[in-house]
Amino acid sequence: MAVTVRIPSYLASFAGGRNSLELDGSPATVADALASLWQLHPALRDRILDEQGAVRQHINIFVGEEAIRFADGLSTKVPEGAEILIVPAVSGG
Amino acid sequence: MPRVQHVSAKKGDVIVLVGTMKGAFVLRSNAARKKWDVGGPYSIGSPVYAMAFDQRQGRHRLWWAQQSFRWGTVLCSSDDYGKTITEPEAYSVKFPEESKLALKNIWQICLGRADDPDTLYCGVEPAALFESHDGGKTWSPVKGLLDHPHRDRWVPGGGGMCLHTILPDPVNPRRMVIAISTAGTYRSDDGGTTWQARNQGVRAEFLPDKYPEFGQCVHKIVQHPAQPQRLFLQNHWGLYRSDDGGNSWKDIANGVPSDFGFCMVMHPHDPDTVYIVPIESDEYRCTPEGKMRVYRTHNAGASWEPLTRGLPQKNALETVLRDSMATDAADPTGIYFGTRSGKVYGSSDEGKSWQTILEGLPAVVCVRAALVGDGGTSSPRRRGGAEKEKEKIQKKRSASRRAPAKRQTKGRAAKR
Repeated sequence: MAVTVRIPSYLASFAGGRNSLELDGSPATVADALASLWQLHPALRDRILDEQGAVRQHINIFVGEEAIRFADGLSTKVPEGAEILIVPAVSGG
Repeated sequence: MPRVQHVSAKKGDVIVLVGTMKGAFVLRSNAARKKWDVGGPYSIGSPVYAMAFDQRQGRHRLWWAQQSFRWGTVLCSSDDYGKTITEPEAYSVKFPEESKLALKNIWQICLGRADDPDTLYCGVEPAALFESHDGGKTWSPVKGLLDHPHRDRWVPGGGGMCLHTILPDPVNPRRMVIAISTAGTYRSDDGGTTWQARNQGVRAEFLPDKYPEFGQCVHKIVQHPAQPQRLFLQNHWGLYRSDDGGNSWKDIANGVPSDFGFCMVMHPHDPDTVYIVPIESDEYRCTPEGKMRVYRTHNAGASWEPLTRGLPQKNALETVLRDSMATDAADPTGIYFGTRSGKVYGSSDEGKSWQTILEGLPAVVCVRAALVGDGGTSSPRRRGGAEKEKEKIQKKRSASRRAPAKRQTKGRAAKR
């Protein structure tokens, strides 16, 4: 089964107007899944990762219900058919 | 979401760019500068610390830095005053991987010299200088500063470790002065390959050694194209002038209520005239005595006078930040500033009188102004409103020397 990525509304305009999309193949880790995502929509990369390849501080990425910040970061495993959620953190003023 | 409005401008109009903590605005007026149309907000919800208007080679290009604590900082542009906006897919201002640094914010967008119309510079946080030589399409960090041996000992000021002032020398294309909070002033005389600290005589009130080689918290430096060797500096405590390109600095806080402040702008047609807004202290960053006063020197810092007509003189506890003041190149020149409380004030007569242009904006962090159609180059010294005003003041002073008058209090009340 394909992996689905959910994209926050702010970034939909950088993903052809879509809020979710399915990735071809079976990415083993979150890093692999994101690499496939950048292939499809390159503009998403700089908005989600900084130039050192780290997930921006106020963005959370979940595999299913598990925050990768508290798992193995970008090396977190992605099970077949999983859903990856990219969610802006609740912060600011 | 607020409704976005747009302005358009023609030759002879004046535009004022206002960056706030929640987006950017573009103000337009005719030469009289009494009534203003307001365009924006652009980059809604995003802090916009840096804006610029590039009129070189017939352009009408707005630049601004859209910062987001979520999505990072991206340089945007528009050739039609914001109606259509270019936000690049891939961010153009980025640190190289080997630097191990990541961009936090863009604090300054600076146009290159008039004879180098495709060159732009950005000052960023963490402190670094980026340059573009293709009209802003691609950018790279200036290596000499990125790899500077002092870098490990630079520390952030209250706003972050930002490179906020960029002064390409108008005469010598290999010379540039930059300022970093808190690292101080640096100058390159070899096109950016090497950079030397230029802080002799500038106080670092917050360090055990008050006059270190570097580490000063410079807030703003200005320079007039007709006198590039002379620089004026608003420090975190201290007002200074250098007559030798920054090699040495002397105190010019003569008759100001406080020598603490952030902003400083140069009169575009007169190298002796500078404007500041004194702030009470670093503990209490508000205008002294609750009075909103711009101070002006007409004699390169020998004395300063308050400009208050039209500005609130009661309960005005305001802060004007380092990039929140600007002049246009009209004659008489217009002066504009914005406050952290979201007000924008303007003067169309060199500061003699002021009007409230806008209120109720988010906190203002950047103001820029331009006369549309002047080519975007700095005007050489010529006889303008400032000189006429200076003559008037001199006449008044000679008259007051003849007649007994109340002596103006001179002091540096807040100097520590």
